Amino acid sequence: MPKDGGIGASSKRREDVRFLTGVGNYTDDINVNGQAYVYFLRSDMAHGTLNSVDTSAASAMPGVVRVFTATDFEGVGSIPCGWQVTDKHGAPMQEPAHPVLATGKVRHVGEPIAAVVAETLEQARDAAEAIVVDITELPAVVDMKAALASGATKVHDDLENNLCYDWGFVEENKAATDAAFEAAAHVTTLELVNNRLVANPMEPRVAVGDYSRGTDEHTLYTTSQNPHVIRLLMGAFVLGIPEHKLRVVAPDVGGGFGTKIFHYQEEAFCTFAAKACNRAVKWTSSRTEAFISDAHGRDHVTKIELALDAENNFTALRTETHANMGAYLSTFAPSVPTWLHGTLMAGNYKTPLIYVNVKAVFTNTVPVDAYRGAGRPEATFQLERVVDKAARELGVDPIALRRQNFITEFPYATPVAVEYDTGDYHATMDKLEEMIDRSGFDARRAESEKNGKLRGLGVNCYIEACGIAPSNLVGQLGARAGLYESATVRVNATGGLVVMTGSHSHGQGHETSFAQVVAEMIGIDENMIEIVHGDTSKVPMGMGTYGSRSIAVGGSAMVRATEKIINKAKKIASHLLEASEADIELKDGAFSVAGTDKSVAWGDVTLAAYVPHNYPLEDIEPGLEETAFYDPSNFTYPSGAYACEVEVDPDTGKVSIERFAAADDFGNIINPMIVTGQVHGGLAQGIGQALLENCAYDENGQLLSASYMEYAMPRADDLPMFDVDHSCQTPCTHNPLGVKGCGEAGAIGSPPAVVNAVVDALQSAGKDVTHVDMPLSPDRVWEAMQ
Amino acid sequence: MYNFDVVKPERIADAVKELSDSSESQPLGGGQTLIPTLKQRLASPDKLVSLSAIPEMKGVCAGDDGSVCIGGATTHATVAAEASAYPALAATAAHIGDPAVRNRGTIGGSLANNDPSACYPAAALASGATIVTNAREIAADDYFQGMFTTALDEGEIITEVRFPVPEKANYQKFVQPASRFALVGVYVAKYADGVRVAITGASNDGVFRWAEAEAALSANFSADALDGLSLSGDDMISDLHGTGAYRAHLCAVMTKRAVAAAA
Ligand SMILES: Cc1cc2nc3c(=O)[nH]c(=O)nc-3n(C[C@H](O)[C@H](O)[C@H](O)COP(=O)(O)OP(=O)(O)OC[C@H]3O[C@@H](n4cnc5c(N)ncnc54)[C@H](O)[C@@H]3O)c2cc1C
Repeated sequence: MPKDGGIGASSKRREDVRFLTGVGNYTDDINVNGQAYVYFLRSDMAHGTLNSVDTSAASAMPGVVRVFTATDFEGVGSIPCGWQVTDKHGAPMQEPAHPVLATGKVRHVGEPIAAVVAETLEQARDAAEAIVVDITELPAVVDMKAALASGATKVHDDLENNLCYDWGFVEENKAATDAAFEAAAHVTTLELVNNRLVANPMEPRVAVGDYSRGTDEHTLYTTSQNPHVIRLLMGAFVLGIPEHKLRVVAPDVGGGFGTKIFHYQEEAFCTFAAKACNRAVKWTSSRTEAFISDAHGRDHVTKIELALDAENNFTALRTETHANMGAYLSTFAPSVPTWLHGTLMAGNYKTPLIYVNVKAVFTNTVPVDAYRGAGRPEATFQLERVVDKAARELGVDPIALRRQNFITEFPYATPVAVEYDTGDYHATMDKLEEMIDRSGFDARRAESEKNGKLRGLGVNCYIEACGIAPSNLVGQLGARAGLYESATVRVNATGGLVVMTGSHSHGQGHETSFAQVVAEMIGIDENMIEIVHGDTSKVPMGMGTYGSRSIAVGGSAMVRATEKIINKAKKIASHLLEASEADIELKDGAFSVAGTDKSVAWGDVTLAAYVPHNYPLEDIEPGLEETAFYDPSNFTYPSGAYACEVEVDPDTGKVSIERFAAADDFGNIINPMIVTGQVHGGLAQGIGQALLENCAYDENGQLLSASYMEYAMPRADDLPMFDVDHSCQTPCTHNPLGVKGCGEAGAIGSPPAVVNAVVDALQSAGKDVTHVDMPLSPDRVWEAMQ
Repeated sequence: MYNFDVVKPERIADAVKELSDSSESQPLGGGQTLIPTLKQRLASPDKLVSLSAIPEMKGVCAGDDGSVCIGGATTHATVAAEASAYPALAATAAHIGDPAVRNRGTIGGSLANNDPSACYPAAALASGATIVTNAREIAADDYFQGMFTTALDEGEIITEVRFPVPEKANYQKFVQPASRFALVGVYVAKYADGVRVAITGASNDGVFRWAEAEAALSANFSADALDGLSLSGDDMISDLHGTGAYRAHLCAVMTKRAVAAAA
């Protein structure tokens, strides 16, 4: 019986009412009385020496309030990087300065050079055209391998070279791993590209800076997944504003996918300029600006090798990756190809020896950082591709080869520093096999052949690490932040309650699913609970939403705070019921004395807390409000098995996805409908990466795919109906809800399934194709077949 | 956008006058190409002369010679719905862009713009259409003069396009995955006096006719007649979405498919 409320119910998303009826409150909906508008003059050159920026004519243009250049930002801090990676020799990464406005040089197309604040946006644009910029063009550094050649042009003149770091993991395992390759019965090698992507949330970024001279208080409204992180980074490191004078609000946010985690120059600019101009300053990114200023994702070039013994057991894995950082280090960029990638290279397999080498490279391109999955899609893609290739080389069934090497005993300590607490990879694979009607595949293939099409089936597994993350652990790994989460539960006198969570919802449906948890714990209606997030003046310091951490970490903090509420409420109830606290039970929103019919309603207890006429004042304080900070003791490890069936048109190379099945293990599930929706969205983005999305630069550092005319986003008709199952559940062992997180799985697990399927289709026609680089656009598939 | 004036005349003569009053003025059809261009500040007309309020430029009707006549300011959606006398043309219009684009974009705007990947240029050229302007009648063979280039003079307005109705025709559009314009689009039309094949999306010179295919199909209107025929990719567009060689290959594939599907 499906539940109609609480944990496990598919409650409809309450926030959708406002989103779908046009009454959401997005950052661009916020207008401050007297606000001015900023237009950024951005570099159209990838690399050049900035000789001069003459703003005199622009400053005199109609409506111009003030024109800013780098000189206005002397003494202002650099946009900080939140993670320091240590290289294989123990030295810290090379970390360049990242100015708010280009200083000395421009380093990528889209970098802001100057900013015009004017009465209207059009006036600001007009004036920007009157700015005279003198740049001497320098050779653009675009290709990562060329960037590392000796004598290569440097992106940052004050750094030694273009190598951010050369990371080896686990360095101590390297010799043993190499030896295992020497001894291997079979080695499969694959070179591949994990294509650069643009996140493209539906809502582009927006920032509104406001300043009150009366109180010296700054407010920044911004499209962020983590307003407290922005407050800390911008306040402490860039502008020197203490937290108590800086409020950051991230109201309704229309999709983030990682790209709204980071602290961007435009936020610092609007906050700074609001004080400098003594009026609010608003910036709304155009879609064109989004392409050249939002952090991009992925962009790895990898060589992966898998060693097997004579019985087809995986004995060792070795990878070498070049990871593009772009021109500057975005907030979490260094962690993505390292700690979010290397630690996942064991995948679902008990490979005993693993060595991962990552060279992070500066280029004259937009900074690259976390995008849905962040490091884990890159790990999963290469691993699941090389396993598939090995199966084909060895002539064994790809599912059987995987099963043979599955980890089956938990907890399992991988050779790459993480410990999986729980999982059941055979269970999700069993479920998948049941879903895909494998035995009917040959008939479907024959049917496709009749229509002149090649049919292929691709299968893969994935494991990911969510619920980021134990603070002490990530601290050792170089994080410059803690990754706990916070929640305050405020119960009102008449029994309704407000949860102020440090998690942030930008499409995930927290307002619904978080309320379900509290409703279940207390036994009251979900509608009595309001979820508040995204405002540093309301919510205790929290770390925000990314890495599928909200329910696992934010939800756990909320559970802890609610437990405190319940404990205190029980004390009040025991007083009201004149019974021992140990005998008080909470069920269906009422406190009763065990074994009696004496009870008091939730609302009577909450009222007593605020109208403490009959109240144990000598033992406890009035009021009912509790805060908890929850720091997880481990990551969570969702896993699953995915399958994709494609048809390839051999005459054109066009791939169409006929079937897609996903069997996931997310542990316990709060709202199955929301989980299904998260998987659907992730699959759409993963399939988008596999078939369509291609963020490409030419050799001059010009972005070739800078609009939707060239950058193909997945559309509904590119996708099949998804077959999604999450009935395999091994609950997380270390958080109170037993939850694992589901936000990124679809994007992590789907690209290899698609590519495996296309390779299967092409090989079925006798083509000697072992790999095609993503996106598998028609021309690439056709060319691979020639 | 830069500032500009907009006028909305109701007669062709007034539109022509408005256009001749200023050398910086420009006709506005559905605005599906022009408005984005203005928003990006890539054009700076001082006046837009909207053609959307001129009744004589709108709608689909039958000419005395049996041709299908389409007003220059007729939207793609109207052509899709009303050009039933020429089904292949209606189907072509029905697959341009998305519903919003089809409800605004016009045939005159599309032909005036002559985007190398647009659909209507292939339909007009393969059908041997006549482009009627306020000043003259231009045969399609003389009208298209390379990417974004046409025989139109400054201030000249396409008022009508006349399509002789073929015995059989079909348009095969292989979409570019991002824009969903034609990566390669082939329009085949079979008339009593021969077959015409026009290809869009492929060539650096814009829409063109494939003479060898026309000759082969005029002799034998079947996909098999095209066996062995191919185009060179040397002068074809090469970009993120495909090389010239790939486009040349698609030209042959799509031509065969158009012949097979022609009705
Ligand atoms: C998202 C999107 C998808 C699209 N997909 C396709 C597609 O798949 N296939 C395709 O073929 N096209 C496609 N288009 C283009 C679309 O068909 C446009 O409508 C067309 O290119 C221009 O027509 P318009 O009426 O909007 O012209 P406008 O944008 O108003 O004008 C275009 C140019 O033509 C001039 N002009 C307009 N009308 C006349 C006239 N009657 N006489 C002389 N000059 C005139 C204008 O001055 C301007 O220079 C797409 C457009 C968009 C925005």
